[in-house]
Amino acid sequence: MLVKLERRAHPSRVMVAGAPLAAAVLTILGGSVLFAALGHDPVLAFHAFFIAPVSDLYGLGELSLKATPLMLCAIGLAIGFRANVWNIGAEGQLIAGAICGGGLALYVGPSGGALLLPAMLVAGALGGMAWAGLAAFLRVRFNANEILVTLMLTYIAGLFLSYLVYGPWRSPTGFNWPESSDLADAARMPRLLAGTRLNLGIVIAPAVALLAWIFLARSYLAYSMEVGGLAPKAARYAGFSQRRMIWLGLLAGGATAGLAGVIEVSGTIGKLREVVSPGYGFAAIIVAYIGRLHPIGIILASFMMALFYIGGEQVKVTLGLPSAITGVFQGMLLFFLLMSDLLIAYRPRWTGMRRASVRRPSDADA
Amino acid sequence: MAHAATDARLELRGVSKAYPSVLANDDISLRIKPGSIHAILGENGAGKSTLMKIIYGVVVADCGEILWDGAAVEITSPSHARALGIGMVFQHFSLFPALSVLENLVLSLPAGMPRQAIAAAAFELAGQHGLAVELDRVVHSLSVGERQRVEILRCLMQEPRLLIMDEPTSVLTPQAAEELFVLMRRLAAAGCSIAYISHKLHEVCELCDAATVLRRGRVVATVDPRQQSQSSLARMMIGDMEGPVRAQSSAEPGGVRLRVNGLQRAAGDEFAMPLCDIDLSVRGGEIVGVGGIAGNGQAELLEALSGEWIAPHAGTLEIDDVPAGRLGPTARRRLGLAYVPEERLGHGAVPQMTLTKNVLLTADKRDTVGKGLIRYDVVRRFAQTCIDTFDVRTANPGTLAQTLSGGNLQKFIVGREFSQEPGVVIAAQPTWGLDVGAASAIRARLNDMRARGAAILLISEDLDELLEVCDRITIISAGRLSPPRATAKTSVEEVGRWMAGRAPDELRAKEAGAHHAG
Repeated sequence: MLVKLERRAHPSRVMVAGAPLAAAVLTILGGSVLFAALGHDPVLAFHAFFIAPVSDLYGLGELSLKATPLMLCAIGLAIGFRANVWNIGAEGQLIAGAICGGGLALYVGPSGGALLLPAMLVAGALGGMAWAGLAAFLRVRFNANEILVTLMLTYIAGLFLSYLVYGPWRSPTGFNWPESSDLADAARMPRLLAGTRLNLGIVIAPAVALLAWIFLARSYLAYSMEVGGLAPKAARYAGFSQRRMIWLGLLAGGATAGLAGVIEVSGTIGKLREVVSPGYGFAAIIVAYIGRLHPIGIILASFMMALFYIGGEQVKVTLGLPSAITGVFQGMLLFFLLMSDLLIAYRPRWTGMRRASVRRPSDADA
Repeated sequence: MAHAATDARLELRGVSKAYPSVLANDDISLRIKPGSIHAILGENGAGKSTLMKIIYGVVVADCGEILWDGAAVEITSPSHARALGIGMVFQHFSLFPALSVLENLVLSLPAGMPRQAIAAAAFELAGQHGLAVELDRVVHSLSVGERQRVEILRCLMQEPRLLIMDEPTSVLTPQAAEELFVLMRRLAAAGCSIAYISHKLHEVCELCDAATVLRRGRVVATVDPRQQSQSSLARMMIGDMEGPVRAQSSAEPGGVRLRVNGLQRAAGDEFAMPLCDIDLSVRGGEIVGVGGIAGNGQAELLEALSGEWIAPHAGTLEIDDVPAGRLGPTARRRLGLAYVPEERLGHGAVPQMTLTKNVLLTADKRDTVGKGLIRYDVVRRFAQTCIDTFDVRTANPGTLAQTLSGGNLQKFIVGREFSQEPGVVIAAQPTWGLDVGAASAIRARLNDMRARGAAILLISEDLDELLEVCDRITIISAGRLSPPRATAKTSVEEVGRWMAGRAPDELRAKEAGAHHAG
């Protein structure tokens, strides 16, 4: 048996919009099968993974807390992805933002006033932009592939942060743990809701999404980047500069990732430590695509991805499963989305092996 | 007896093939006799290519019967077709450029045949058919005509009894085409049937002894082309024919609006053609044609004119006497330049975007963009204007560019460029692949622009079109331009010599002499 894929003449619009939903449902079903195979009642495991973590206010707060950096990173990445600028190093840009914002807070110390927090946010965004800007410069100047450069810069950022918290920035009162001193109160994001760890970040991220929506839907700049992504020759024809596109695509991703980094440090963690992100920058790539590179879609997708994170934590505790289950769910989600997209664009046809046959007159006569 | 008696080498009965969006072949029946040169005639999109793919086993028909020498066959793959004795010469060659002619031949034959034997057989076959082919030459060093001969030789090695030729003259100079016709007649005389796919009527009338005319996937006529006129064949092809576009204008052209001075451009990569000492001027109210075979520097010249490539010196290009060589596409557009690229989808328009957004590619940003934001109301109105005034059918501003037919999309692109009242128009193959109706509409628009005093440069591989539309004509060959000639004073033979890159020296001398005398 052979399977042939035939391009569909008119991919259904409903299906294009519905594919992320279908992927989510398939992921949940696939997850249930996985739980069953591991010897757990799928219904209980499903409840433990998807329902229990968000059945109280605290849980919802945690969900939002995790959705914030995913949302921010994914929005910046989507701007680049639409222009075919493949920044896959948001994780590194997030770390760079954390270092710059956190570093500023440590430098100012407890004397910081009301302007410290905004200054930290700006520093974080600039840090992320600088890190992504390195990749942009190398791409524009030497045509170095931004996929490789942004990925490698991620490891450099991570190791540089390790160096800082093991070395010069290590807290003198921290029992030699690789972490900095606690940030001063003025450097912390204000809490929004008693009984949760929710902070101002959950307001900033959707606000950035809204701005990005207006930018993408209305601005001439975003339009020119989109043309460059869809049809590079048409972009040259229209006179759009490819260099500008690369710079903008990478800087947008760097800025939001850097912002996510400083919000993590200032809001959730409260200090710099060796690991400031459990891979938000990488997961954000999936979030961006599940959200169809659209800010509203990304807001929804980031909450779904956040649920995978806290669900994974939950089943580790209640069912004794490894937290790698989160990665498995991320992988399944992306796989099912890509599969849905393929089936929307193509129709599979099962064909048997055909055998060559020639009927000659002599055969007929015989 | 399971089969009907027939004297045809190949017979199709009621063959149909549907693709998701189109019925490419609808109940097609035809008979090709032994030793016949049989034309399959039709416009682009009439279903010729699909039909040939069915015969050659590339696609399988949904229904219908194929009879080979009177026996029903099911042709399941090209190798099966070749085993039956069907060979195909493709429009786009399928040779390995880095290998020698002999190596290409060896690769196409069943493994295990000794090289020496193949070389000897090829040599003999080439001699027998008068095919001048050097077996040791590397394919990339061959001219287009020579490569085609290699393709044909490769088919002949399999001793075909039916040879399918897909628009073989589209890449040839008139002289090389004549040589090909001699070869085809010789093959036919030796008993090989030839299925000749073309939409060039004069070739069909000259060459073929039978013709099957296709229109929208159906057979509309089976005729003997020797008893038809070109216009009667054309009527069968297109249904009803529009009148000739125009007579050449008698109006006196105005001042020079586009000037190219000594344009030089080194080749960017191994596939590019360097440009050498290009001088050219186009006056307001005239159409100047640049003819030539594809790949002789047209693409490089177009980039230099449009601003997609920027010249080292400002004075290299002047638009209305303003030096523009150092300007990018947008700045050149502000000086009044409009450009209709050859490739509609992907260059002239973004396939996945709506017509509204496609208008924005070249629309004047002073009207359409305010404070960095797109003024969609203005842009949408402009798109609607293009659709209305340029007769873009089945479209509204929200239609995606990729869903338009080639003709409608081209009308839209031309509409977008021409509604901005350009002083200089660059058009590359503007009627390529269009049906006759759309092509004549586009040519009429070019004439409109000329009447309004624009300077028009038309770059085309279609010699007939250039001779019909242009006031003056020049040929690009190996990155150089021939001296422009008034269309009325030139001939197909002269143009063909320039296209072949064989401009005789005496012609140049004569030209110089005439110049002095005048």
